[in-house]
Amino acid sequence: MNPSLRLQLTGVSKQYPAVRANDRVDLRVKAGEIHAVLGENGAGKSTLMKIIYGAVQPDEGEIRWNGQAVTIASPAQARRLGISMVYQHFSLFDTLTAAENVWLGLDKSLTLPEVVRRIVEVAHTYGLDIEPQRPVHTLSVGERQRVEIVRALLTDPQLLILDEPTSVLTPQAVDKLFVTLRLLAERGCSILYISHKLDEIRSLCQHCTVLRGGKVTGEVDPTRESNASLSRLMIGAEPPQLLHKASQAGAPVLAVQGLSLPRQDQFGVDLEDIAFDVRAGEIVGVAGVSGNGQQELLAALSGEDQRAAPGSITLFGKPIGDHSPRHRRKEGLYFVPEERLGRGAVPTLSLAQNTLLTRTAAVSRSGWVRTRQVAELAEHIIARFQVKAGGPDAAAKSLSGGNLQKFIVGREIDAAPTLLIVSQPTWGVDVGAAALIRGELLALRDAGCALLVVSEELDELFEISDRLIVIAQGRMSPSVPTAEATIERIGVWMSGLWNRESVHAQA
Amino acid sequence: MNEIALLVAATLASGTPLALAGLGLLLNEKAGVLNLGAEGIMLVAAIAGFAAAFTTGSDTLAFAAGALAGGLLAAAFGGLVIWLNTNQYATGLAVSLFGYGFSAFVGVGYVGKKLAESSPFEVPLLADIPFLGPALFKHHPMVYLTIALALAIVWFLYRSRAGLVLRAIGEAPESAHALGYRVRWVRLAAVVAGGALCGVAGAFLSVVYAPLWVEGLVAGRGWIALALTTFATWRPLRVLLGAYLFGGVTMLQFALQGAGVNVASQLLAMLPYLATIVVLALISRNPAWIRINMPASLGKPFHPG
Amino acid sequence: MLRLEARPQPSQAMALVSPLIALVLTALMAAALFAALGKDPGRGLAVFFFEPLNGMRAVSEVLLKATPLITIALGLAVCYRSNVWNIGAEGQVLLGALAGGGVALWLTTQGIVLPKAVAVPLVLAGGVLGGMAWAAITALLRDRFNASEILVSLMLVYVAQQLVNFLVFGPWKDPAGFNFPQTKTFDASTWLPPLLSNTRLHVGIALALVVAAAMWVFMFRTYRGYQLQVGGLAPAAARYAGFSASASLWTALMISGGLAGLAGAMEVAGPLRQLTPHISTGLGFTAIIVCFVGRLHPLGIVLASVLLSMMLIGGELGQSRLGLPNALTGVFQGLLLILLLACDTLIHYRVRLARRIPA
Repeated sequence: MNPSLRLQLTGVSKQYPAVRANDRVDLRVKAGEIHAVLGENGAGKSTLMKIIYGAVQPDEGEIRWNGQAVTIASPAQARRLGISMVYQHFSLFDTLTAAENVWLGLDKSLTLPEVVRRIVEVAHTYGLDIEPQRPVHTLSVGERQRVEIVRALLTDPQLLILDEPTSVLTPQAVDKLFVTLRLLAERGCSILYISHKLDEIRSLCQHCTVLRGGKVTGEVDPTRESNASLSRLMIGAEPPQLLHKASQAGAPVLAVQGLSLPRQDQFGVDLEDIAFDVRAGEIVGVAGVSGNGQQELLAALSGEDQRAAPGSITLFGKPIGDHSPRHRRKEGLYFVPEERLGRGAVPTLSLAQNTLLTRTAAVSRSGWVRTRQVAELAEHIIARFQVKAGGPDAAAKSLSGGNLQKFIVGREIDAAPTLLIVSQPTWGVDVGAAALIRGELLALRDAGCALLVVSEELDELFEISDRLIVIAQGRMSPSVPTAEATIERIGVWMSGLWNRESVHAQA
Repeated sequence: MNEIALLVAATLASGTPLALAGLGLLLNEKAGVLNLGAEGIMLVAAIAGFAAAFTTGSDTLAFAAGALAGGLLAAAFGGLVIWLNTNQYATGLAVSLFGYGFSAFVGVGYVGKKLAESSPFEVPLLADIPFLGPALFKHHPMVYLTIALALAIVWFLYRSRAGLVLRAIGEAPESAHALGYRVRWVRLAAVVAGGALCGVAGAFLSVVYAPLWVEGLVAGRGWIALALTTFATWRPLRVLLGAYLFGGVTMLQFALQGAGVNVASQLLAMLPYLATIVVLALISRNPAWIRINMPASLGKPFHPG
Repeated sequence: MLRLEARPQPSQAMALVSPLIALVLTALMAAALFAALGKDPGRGLAVFFFEPLNGMRAVSEVLLKATPLITIALGLAVCYRSNVWNIGAEGQVLLGALAGGGVALWLTTQGIVLPKAVAVPLVLAGGVLGGMAWAAITALLRDRFNASEILVSLMLVYVAQQLVNFLVFGPWKDPAGFNFPQTKTFDASTWLPPLLSNTRLHVGIALALVVAAAMWVFMFRTYRGYQLQVGGLAPAAARYAGFSASASLWTALMISGGLAGLAGAMEVAGPLRQLTPHISTGLGFTAIIVCFVGRLHPLGIVLASVLLSMMLIGGELGQSRLGLPNALTGVFQGLLLILLLACDTLIHYRVRLARRIPA
């Protein structure tokens, strides 16, 4: 046993009823090392982290902590050992202050004023800037992550686990985070960095364990690997190449001009003077850190929010700002929301019944539903988009994330829209399904449809968009052709700073 | 002048069971659990308390019996909605319907029975002050305990770590679970405590306020207490205030009859219920306001990952 | 250690079996209760569950009692599937009885004798409108003021009860009735036509079954019914689809209020034939239980109504034959619903033995 190993997992396995989430996984993390765990969605990363963090028990295998064999029976015990975790989806309480949130994350019986003092100390040491007395719901996403990190740091961790920390950060904020992490590692804290972003892993991490289908496919030094080689370990092949023909944009289909909307609830974002257009045969990608007005913009476009001035949103010149979603669909506007279960589909209804949400050809004028026709439509969508499901009668919630997304996207594409709006098309979806979905979006574009894609994955936007716009604090940037954009520049724009530089002529 | 003092006194007495039940439900709801079984719990506790008082002659035992009955029924409710994740609305309703039937059944032998006379309570010295004496200082100790309880709950929720944990669980149970808190057990504790308080309220009704037993004695006060928590935007002192307000409206019908107002007694009896409806409508009008103060997970099932 | 594990797909089989399991458990608890009260458990169960079906007359009484239960529960099913928690059906029943009874009373006191084919529909229509009007208050307050329909509809039950008392003790009291709180008996032209001679059973049961069939078609074959269900299952999906939450709310409450009012009118134009303070014996609340035991489904509701009216009649028999208090029925009904909700967990979850973790 190597004594300088902070954490060692040997032969750890975990079986769930339908799937073997972890299959004899070995993991070796040195003291003070930044160690990446790489894998696509569904590879078993989160199960492995839950095991290390004590939320889940392994079926077999051994865990050694600083050379000693241990059983991590609960998160509280993990914390006592010195393991601390920062979640992808924050465990914060909106109506409480930052200090109260941190206090709740600590086991020791410190008083609140002592906690505030320690927060200020730690924040200063690591350059993390937070105000302890502010209620969390007033904080931006980046600030909330800092509260999470401070909370983890106050437990004096020897191992810090970060789960997909950069999905909510601008590229500049990512750099700042990396500075903090390197400082932590220098002081002897080991870091487990969960991600599927190859560039980040290669720039930050010293060591990398790759998971695929629950098994370890490689243990490498990422600084000596290329994106292609890492990708091969991660998915067994090179990243699928999309056939990207040059766009031949036609007439404007969607034109948004002077769209301003006050927020509907206290925690929302006001939209201010949004203006952009989308033309036939092109894909416009909307980049932006989550929480900057995307939800509000999408609701205004889909018709779930009908407060917009009618003329501020036009479809082929026709004002639709106050139209209902059903009316917009009749005009050719279709929408794929980012939440699958509960919004894009009703979990306990069958796939056939779920087609009726947006496809009403099978409903007669008197309101009668032709059930055979509904089932046939579902069968058609399942076949065309290669959805793995038990048939049109399968409940929506019985499908995997990727398959349900294929069904929902397929349902909307199959409607032959003139404008398709998609939010987070491949979030939480396995690589195969993601490639199929992106391919279908491009095919739709080539057929002359106008597409608007909102995504938090910059790589995805760069891959499929013809033009890019950025939403920040409820305002919209000018557009830039993707070929002329760089990640750094878009990153700057994501902080709202597009006026500070000379703007290229709009395409 | 004396009539007004008596009206104030009656308002305090009438508001006390509402306040007790309202505070109990507040604890429930702060933890994220909506208990529509309040009416049923109060009924079962009322008969339990009456039976205890009838058999032993002791008020204190009556309250204990009420609290126990309320706590047990609430625990059954808690087991169903917290562990089996049954629909909170339907289960609460079921508990209320069961409580109605069960209390009617057990109470059959107690209809028309009288409790032993108890000596009237007075706070020494203070009770002799003109006007304020009869208005404020001649009440059953439970009236004063209720006010103290409200203050204690304020301290608990906003100044103690345990109260912070409770509020956090009501706000975001998944986050609390991720941090290692035992969400289900805390929720159960809140539900049982809330049930016990509703139980004390029920016993107060049958043993001190009425004091007698008839089928359906609680007459909708459990439901009014539920409305109270919304009306008070989930803050303990406002629950107290609202309870006295409703108590006052309930007393109004008798005051009006006594003043010779020529309206049928049945129409006057509608007053508390109509008042509840009006207040609910006015308070709920601003959904944003409700959303800020309402525990975010109220009524929703929680599944530990 | 038992553990609950989510099923990928809700179990159809369990959805049908769960009410039966709950019924068996209730019967077992009932038997235990009978024994504890010093009665023979077998005799107790027989009186409660079998005597009510003993003979043509008995069956007709069961169907008579089931008629309003079916009608009310069908409306409640529409509401609950839409996630509109109308708890105040009892109040809507009372207003239906008042409105329908009011029409009948007016015809009677004015001496107007219309042919049955006109008078009876008038009375029933009055009932429907009365129930709808009462439910409209709840709908309006929820739609415009966002007030909880649970609490508003419930408060209105207490108001309705006082209204009945007021009218029957006051303006509507029969002057020739020896000062009893009751109205004149209605003229025979307003009575519901009988279905079976020598019984009290009237056409209402046929009407209730027709409504059940119509409800099935509405919920499962029309787009409007689909919209209501989606609104209840996933409100965000309903918004995404563009279904109006307001329209669904009003539809559900108007249907429910109308049907409850119809049931109230059928009671006064059927067996009661006058208004008294006792026109509804908690039918509106029993119907809630019927609704759940019947799985919110028209066929289930019909069967559950028969079951629960058997229990209601069983309670009356238990009082007269075994000396058990009538209130016992209320206990069994409440117990049945609680056990049903518990058993329903099995529809969405499987029970598994958790494995012991090797240390």
